[in-house]
Amino acid sequence: MAEIAQVEEKQKGGKKKFKKVPAHVDMTPMVDLMCILITFFMLTTAFTKPKIMEIVLPEKIKKDENVEPPKIAKSRTLNIILGPENKVFWYPGIADDPKNPPPLQETDFSATGIRQVLLERNRALFKKVSAFNDDVLTGKIDIPRDSVQSAIRQLKRDDDTGPIVLIKAYEKAKYKNFVDIIDEMSICDIARYTFVDISWLEEGMVNNAIGAIPVTSTSSN
Amino acid sequence: MAKVKLPTKSPRVDMTPMVDLFSVLLIFFVLTATVRPQETAPIDMPFSVSEKTVPDANIMTVLVAKDNRIFFNIDNGPDTILKYRPKILSEMGRRYGIEFTPQELRRFEKINTSFGVPIQGMKAFLTAKSMQERAVVETGIPIDSTDNQLAMWILCTRAINPAAQTCIKGDAEVDFPVVRKVLDILQDKNVNRFNLITSLQAVEITEEEKPE
Repeated sequence: MAEIAQVEEKQKGGKKKFKKVPAHVDMTPMVDLMCILITFFMLTTAFTKPKIMEIVLPEKIKKDENVEPPKIAKSRTLNIILGPENKVFWYPGIADDPKNPPPLQETDFSATGIRQVLLERNRALFKKVSAFNDDVLTGKIDIPRDSVQSAIRQLKRDDDTGPIVLIKAYEKAKYKNFVDIIDEMSICDIARYTFVDISWLEEGMVNNAIGAIPVTSTSSN
Repeated sequence: MAKVKLPTKSPRVDMTPMVDLFSVLLIFFVLTATVRPQETAPIDMPFSVSEKTVPDANIMTVLVAKDNRIFFNIDNGPDTILKYRPKILSEMGRRYGIEFTPQELRRFEKINTSFGVPIQGMKAFLTAKSMQERAVVETGIPIDSTDNQLAMWILCTRAINPAAQTCIKGDAEVDFPVVRKVLDILQDKNVNRFNLITSLQAVEITEEEKPE
C-alpha cells in the first residue's frame, strides 16, 4: 500500500507541483478529540456483567391447603446449618428427639471444610458428572453444546444415592454464607438440596455448640 | 531524482487512517457501552462460581443494602415502547391513592436506578435534582407486615410484566434474616425461582480434592 501511494504522489507531484498544493485538513485536533472520547467510553463501559445464580425454593405449603410435606429418606438426609462468623454445622439424619440431639459437626467454607463433607457423600454422582464432562471435552461423547447442561441435569435427576441436603440458617448467619453454601452445592454437583427453616431444636443445638467454644461464647447471647 | 525530491515534501504525517481507526473504535465503544446507573447504596456482592450473566430486560431486582434498607429496581422492558416503569408506578399510585403527573411518570421512566423510597415519598424522590437530594428520601422500601410495600411492588410488576424474573442483589455482609424476609415476601407472591446476583470468582476443584 505504502509503495503504491508513493508512486501516486510522485506522479502527482511531477504533474501538479507548480499548479497548487492539495488542501490538507489538519486532522490532529480531531484525533485528540477522538482519543478523549474513546478513553471516556472505555472507562465508563461495564465490561464484566454481574453473574446470576439460580435457586428454586420449594413452594410454601399454605396452612389452609392441608397438604403433607414430601417425605424424604432419613439415611440420605444431610442437614447443614449456617452459623455465625462463617461457621458451618452439619449432622446427618434428623433431629427429632430433644433429649438426645444428634452431635453437630463444625466446619467452615474452605475447600477442606464443608466441601469434603459434601464430596464424600456425593462421590458417585460427582464422579459420574466429571466423567461426563471429561468425555465431552475429549470428544468421546459427541453432543451439541447446548444440551450438555440438560444432560447433566438428567444425570442429577436420575441419581438416587447422593445426599438430600437441607440448608438451614441460624439467625446470625450472613447473606454471604447463604450464597456460599449454594455455591458449594453447584461445585459438588449435589442433585437435591433445598432451603428450609431452622427448628427450635436445631437452634438450641447451635447455641450449645457455640457456647462450647470459649472464643465465641460472647457472641452467642 | 528521488533523492532531490524527498526533502522538499512536508514532514506531515497523514492522519486519515488514524482517524478511521479511531472512528471505528469510538463507534464500537458507543454501541457497546451500557451506562452504569449510579446506585445510592453501594452493595458488595458475594462471590460465586456461576457464569450466567444477568439478563438485560424483564427483570425486577430486590436490593438489600448493608444497612438493611430494601431497594427495588425494574426495567422498561425489552422494547422502549413498552414503558413498563411508568406503567408500574401509576399502578402503584392507583393502589395507594397517589396521582402521578405525566411529567413525574416520564421522569420515573428516565431515572434508571434502583429506588428505596416509600411510595409516599416517591414524589419528593422524583422532583429531587441531585443524588444527594434523592438520598435524603431514600429510607428503604417498607417490608413490615402492616405496610408491605415491597409485596405491592412485586404484585404490580408481575401484573404489568408477567415475564419479569426476580433477582436478588444483597450485600455480602447483610444479616441473613433480612434476606429471608424478602424471600418470604416473594414466596407469598408465588415467586419460587430466584436469581441471586453475584460476582464471579474462579474456584475450581483441583485434582487432589476430587474423591477417588
